Amino acid sequence: MKMRGARILLESLRCEGVKHVFGYPGGAVLHIYDELVKHAEELGITHYLVRHEQASLFGAAGYAQATGKTGVALVTSGPGGTNAVTGIANAFMDSLPLVVFTGQVPTHLIGNDAFQEADLTGITRSCTKHNYLVKHVEELAPTIKEAFHVASTGRPGPVLVDLPKDMTAQEIEFSYPETIEIRSYKPQIFGEPKAVRKAVKAMIQAERPVLYIGGGAHAAGAYEEVRQLAEKLNLPTTCTLMGLGAFPASHPLSLGMLGMHGGYWTNMAVNNCDLLISIGARFDDRVTGKISEFARGAKFIHVDIDASCIGKNVRCDYPVVGDAKTVAQQMLKELEEQLGGGARIAAKDAWHEQIAAWKKQHPFWWKEEGDVIKPQYVIHELHRITKGQAVVSADVGQHQMWTAQLYGFDAPKNWLNSGGLGAMGYGFPAAVGAAVARPDDLCVAVVGDGGFQMVLNELATVKQYNIPVKILLINNGFLGMVRQWQEQFYEHRYSHSNIEVQPDFVKLADSYGVTAFRATKMNEVTHTLEKGLNTPGPVLIEMKVAREENVFPIVPAGAALKDMILQ
Amino acid sequence: MRHTISLLVENEYGMLTRVAGLFSARGYQIDTLNVAPTLEEGVSRMTLTTHGNDHVIQQILQQSHKLIKVLEVTDMTAAPHVEREMVMLTVNAHVGEQRREVLSLVEIFRAKVVDVSNDAFILEMTGNAEKVNAFIELLKPIGILDIVRTGPVAMTRVAHIKAQKVKDDDEEFSELTLNEKV
Ligand SMILES: Cc1ncc(C[n+]2csc(CCOP(=O)(O)OP(=O)(O)O)c2C)c(N)n1
Repeated sequence: MKMRGARILLESLRCEGVKHVFGYPGGAVLHIYDELVKHAEELGITHYLVRHEQASLFGAAGYAQATGKTGVALVTSGPGGTNAVTGIANAFMDSLPLVVFTGQVPTHLIGNDAFQEADLTGITRSCTKHNYLVKHVEELAPTIKEAFHVASTGRPGPVLVDLPKDMTAQEIEFSYPETIEIRSYKPQIFGEPKAVRKAVKAMIQAERPVLYIGGGAHAAGAYEEVRQLAEKLNLPTTCTLMGLGAFPASHPLSLGMLGMHGGYWTNMAVNNCDLLISIGARFDDRVTGKISEFARGAKFIHVDIDASCIGKNVRCDYPVVGDAKTVAQQMLKELEEQLGGGARIAAKDAWHEQIAAWKKQHPFWWKEEGDVIKPQYVIHELHRITKGQAVVSADVGQHQMWTAQLYGFDAPKNWLNSGGLGAMGYGFPAAVGAAVARPDDLCVAVVGDGGFQMVLNELATVKQYNIPVKILLINNGFLGMVRQWQEQFYEHRYSHSNIEVQPDFVKLADSYGVTAFRATKMNEVTHTLEKGLNTPGPVLIEMKVAREENVFPIVPAGAALKDMILQ
Repeated sequence: MRHTISLLVENEYGMLTRVAGLFSARGYQIDTLNVAPTLEEGVSRMTLTTHGNDHVIQQILQQSHKLIKVLEVTDMTAAPHVEREMVMLTVNAHVGEQRREVLSLVEIFRAKVVDVSNDAFILEMTGNAEKVNAFIELLKPIGILDIVRTGPVAMTRVAHIKAQKVKDDDEEFSELTLNEKV
């Protein structure tokens, strides 16, 4: 059947199994929106109208983080596209599979500085995995097929498809390619067997090993394999900020998070290990601290699907290029061959004891001070009340770190945050995406008063579609993380980090028709949380917390892990 | 150290900016660059020279390989290869002694005179960078009025390709070398 490009786009989405689109209309995408209102229902596609394009990208990213499926966003040309750039860059840094459709001026006007024209493929070239400008309507369906393939395979990432308005108007016979072959793009899935063999040999021989799991384990779904590896070899296991939940926090071998705000015991373990086994992590500077001091006595195994990640930041002794899940399976098999019959290595007792001693010496802690609500306690209570089972999306700042430290993620894909880009404003719209994807799960957005004010217009979105996100606002009246650095590293000079002039958030939520609760004292926390979490529909829960609480431990920027400040 | 890197790319819209953008975004330098079609329709070859330590070159190779529409990346410097670049120069060549001097240099360097006027020649010469530099240096005192250089293109030596093929067939896992270099 002949149909116009706009309809072809929607039919293609159906072929890709897309059920949810986050978007915002405008002139260049009007044909698409017209087809949406006519056909979305029969195609089984629901479009969520956000209140700022950035939120459509964050929503799609949250959707992707909470499911592993490709998120889809649709925005108009020019300002629609430029508003989306932060969201695209975020997905790029965190390797999230997204396909972003942007409108573009008609092909005959491209390059003319036409109304709402922006060179979106140019602007996003360095923050997409790949991008396309569709110049002939025959290319539309194959391009969409290719975009979804590129976004979701290999190291996932955002792919942008720029759609000139005439491409959505022209008519052509629709047929969707069943398969796609990109001769220049062949991600390496299997680890090279010799490399795997060598790595496993080192794993067996290590006396003080640490297993270090990153976001790549989520991308590959390598959960079972990672757990088995850890258990078979009795490996203390740490997760990066992005990897949390890939290994259960309550597992006896779990060390929690490492890096700038990681546990003392975790960082000491990493610092003193003789073998660091990295699966799907990238030795980010927030993890390593001063690179020349990082795990100096250790050999490194680095498993990554992206060969360019290996050796980029640290030297690597045992590189393995491949998919985290596949390589971990290969390792398990190799282990069996080298050890025979699933033998478990128990000989690391001294190492485990040492780590336990470090943990006992300096666990995570906070001090109670009368009535004042301690933010750490709020997260602690959130964990207790939700039994660690909620989908938790954090914004960026102190509250993000307390959540990462204290929520204790046992299940995969329950932890959403902007790790690589650190984009304030992520938490709330990402939780919207997660709640859309997983309507049966409790979705909580833990946000700071700074980041929330960047996206609070999305209260209208959650109200409009009755999306049951619970917003847990940790309100300290400061740009807390900035204030903490100013306190610790700039002699208390609080330069432009005080944001105590702010709306009455409860009234604000109320004006959007969103139920809201507030706690101002320690003894109100539990009750208010329970009430908020048990109220159906979208809810805002505001916690007025201690204004100048700090996140500890902290490795100052550029310092070595061993020089972390404990209090 | 200077490296000559050869990329086979899909000749698609924006391909050059993808490669150039990668270099600028990651702080690498492109010293020279050549792009031209190959025998295969839709496929172009880019030959570029850059410099950096082993770590930087490894990153350049892998990051460019990661670009979705790059088919192949080769560090030509790693194996025996032939490099050539072309230079065209407008030089003083006044009738008389000067003209004879230029012509003798042309002969020595196996260059060509491709345009002649009363007082100047346009010369064309190909060779590796060293030879081109030497030619330029010798012409300088005579007076170079204008110059264009292409920067090098490169090709792996035939004998080496054959030897490599035998080795690859022998080796159980040829990618290992790539991985181990990382
Ligand atoms: C878009 C953006 N702008 C600026 C920053 C720098 N930044 C990091 S944390 C932070 C403060 C966040 O304050 P708030 O949202 O109140 O959270 P808190 O740290 O108080 O928990 C700022 C400004 C950022 N990460 N993202």
